[in-house]
Amino acid sequence: MDNAATTPVREEVAEAMRPYFSSRFGNPSSIYRIACESRDVIESSRETVAKAIGADADEIFFTSGGTESDNWALQGVARANAKKGSHIITSAIEHHAILHTARYLEKQGFPVTYLPVDNEGRLDPGAVEDAVTDTTTLISIMTANNEIGTIQQVQKIGSIAHDHGIPFHTDAVQAAGHIPLSVHDDAIDLLSLSAHKFNGPKGMGVLYIRTGTKIDNLLFGGGQEKKRRAGTENLPGIVGLATALDIAVRDQEKESGEIRKLRDRLIAGLLETVPYSRLNGHPTERLPGNVNISFEFVEGESILLLLDQEGICASTGSACSSGSHDPSHVLLAIGLPHALAHGSLRLTLGHGNTEKDVDTVLEAVPGIVEKLRDISPLYPGKEK
Amino acid sequence: MYSEKVMDHFTNPRNVGEIEDPDGVGEVGNPVCGDIMKIYLCIRDDVIVDVKFQTFGCGAAIASSSMATELIKGKTIEEAWAITNEAVVTALDGLPPEKVHCSLLAEEGIHKAINNYRIRNNLPPLPEEKRNDEDPTPAVDQR
Repeated sequence: MDNAATTPVREEVAEAMRPYFSSRFGNPSSIYRIACESRDVIESSRETVAKAIGADADEIFFTSGGTESDNWALQGVARANAKKGSHIITSAIEHHAILHTARYLEKQGFPVTYLPVDNEGRLDPGAVEDAVTDTTTLISIMTANNEIGTIQQVQKIGSIAHDHGIPFHTDAVQAAGHIPLSVHDDAIDLLSLSAHKFNGPKGMGVLYIRTGTKIDNLLFGGGQEKKRRAGTENLPGIVGLATALDIAVRDQEKESGEIRKLRDRLIAGLLETVPYSRLNGHPTERLPGNVNISFEFVEGESILLLLDQEGICASTGSACSSGSHDPSHVLLAIGLPHALAHGSLRLTLGHGNTEKDVDTVLEAVPGIVEKLRDISPLYPGKEK
Repeated sequence: MYSEKVMDHFTNPRNVGEIEDPDGVGEVGNPVCGDIMKIYLCIRDDVIVDVKFQTFGCGAAIASSSMATELIKGKTIEEAWAITNEAVVTALDGLPPEKVHCSLLAEEGIHKAINNYRIRNNLPPLPEEKRNDEDPTPAVDQR
């Protein structure tokens, strides 16, 4: 129940990858036949990815994952446009791959605006418009949030960016494969995605770059990826990413419908059986698999430890699970008091989850929360 | 990530609850940091004859609270005051470095409850050493 953290590689995907570890291992940069095969499969994979997001094949660049794609988009666009301006607009609830890169760029002299979100985690597109200045060179807003699952109005934000002639990047790491994406319809210029979030391999990602977008390289070296991203291609990884994305998009409508039903039953069940609980994130505009609930008077890591004993894997926005003092920046940004942010539980459903899994969680959680509340000095008692 | 002893004290915490009309009470921590401990003492002739606690916090905080109450039960006030968070950590067969600060809660809670007892009995409170609350990885393995 922690599919937003990572997912298992599907059997069909592993099968598709297998030959490229050994028998078809050729370096695409070489000239002999086995290398030609490698080049061909990379190009057909590129086309598959392009089709999945409504792009052209020559706008797809393979990377080592979501983190590299986000770093490349922010640093690359900021640097390439440094003569024109330096201002970057992003949101307060981005993944750390964006936020920490933005903070690094701030230190390098690029001013950054971090837009707030409402208490359901949604950004007002009008606020993006208001934040634009003459020197803004990039707007980066995530498609959907990794913690609370809230989906942003990407299309509106994209058209605002385009009205001002500013490139628009979106971190779609949590969204890709799970909800429909179209770089064309949504006016997206750069898009990051990561294979292991949709049953593909870890260490494999994509940055989509719309033709004509000014962006510097992040990695220097060989001439791979049309001299834009150096490094010998991760052949099995590329095949795995493309195969996994192809399957995810093919099955998306059916699968997301089923997962959404499980999600809604889980949310309703938890809110009903556990008093003093609240849903974090948007009630409807949220990722099909995301459940994020805060339980008052208890701390998240304790819940996770007890859930783990029942064989349930989950995650929390509490500080104590990460070794820092502050709870999740996302939960604080939607206005949760610290105690409620510490008491959050994230369950993320994905391919392979069943009604039975939901039953297991619904049976386990109320007792676990009750047990921890009985120890808690904050709990006012059942009767209240 | 946690020792068997930590998991034992976390899943079956000893001495949970409240004492009615306690001789000393201490509450430490705050909801911002994500951990709060409340400790109740029953004291007869300078000996802690009963102790109860309530803790809001992570596994390490709950296990430390439980172990600390076990360590001070039956001890004199002076002996209980001398119990450090390192002693609690040792008794738990260790905590992950980033979790050691959670055990400070127990030491501070005991000190606060003992001073509360002293004040109630018109004795001057002992100086409570406020230990680093900022650094989440305190002195375990510092070189």
